[in-house]
Amino acid sequence: MRELSVDATVENIDRVTDFVNQELETLNCSQRTLYQIDVAVDELFGNIARYAYDPAVGPATVRVEVTENPLAVVITFIDHGIPYDPLSRTDPNVHLSAEERQIGGLGVFLVKKTMDGVSYEYKDGQNILRITKNLT
Amino acid sequence: MTITKEQNGSSLTVNLQGRLDTTTAPDLDAELKEDLAGIQALTLDLKELEYISSAGLRVLLSAQKVMNKQGSMVVRNVNQTVMEVFEITGFSDILTIA
Repeated sequence: MRELSVDATVENIDRVTDFVNQELETLNCSQRTLYQIDVAVDELFGNIARYAYDPAVGPATVRVEVTENPLAVVITFIDHGIPYDPLSRTDPNVHLSAEERQIGGLGVFLVKKTMDGVSYEYKDGQNILRITKNLT
Repeated sequence: MTITKEQNGSSLTVNLQGRLDTTTAPDLDAELKEDLAGIQALTLDLKELEYISSAGLRVLLSAQKVMNKQGSMVVRNVNQTVMEVFEITGFSDILTIA
């Protein structure tokens, strides 16, 4: 298990992505899986950067763990900003025309659909959001 | 992300290389805002695009809305990862994918 703690800023998304990719390097993930995970990092860390401490800046921790049986990667995003459960939001209507479309909520929806598990808890003053991607 | 453009009269082709995400989407948005005036046929070539997140979808949606008013927009050479994102989000119905 390894973790990275940085300021939750949009500028740090690349750093977090690089950290996660580095942790996954030896696992022989498919390119598709890697890209799905990178998108999830962009969506979830991006949301923390934009909203968790708005308008201030605060820290976030990203933890990468690998589990066996089944082989999976578990990435946990932790911040102690405003309590917010992104999974409580209603899924967006993806059948609307371009003119009727709302973009809000699409990122988390995408993460729900491409990861094998997404969970949220608020504990000890921390938002803890966890994604699981099976590697087999 | 690297953005390259080829303009031929009122036709514009934009090639995207790399990742279209929270960090890079504002660059594409700014480029398109500047370039779409007078364009009737916009082609987005995603051959070299690795992946797209919702921040990128937002830019494609706003380009599609502009082109709905003044011409047409085609997205081509979509890879598997990007197509999957289009399908999950229903963008495969909004965009013209060639």
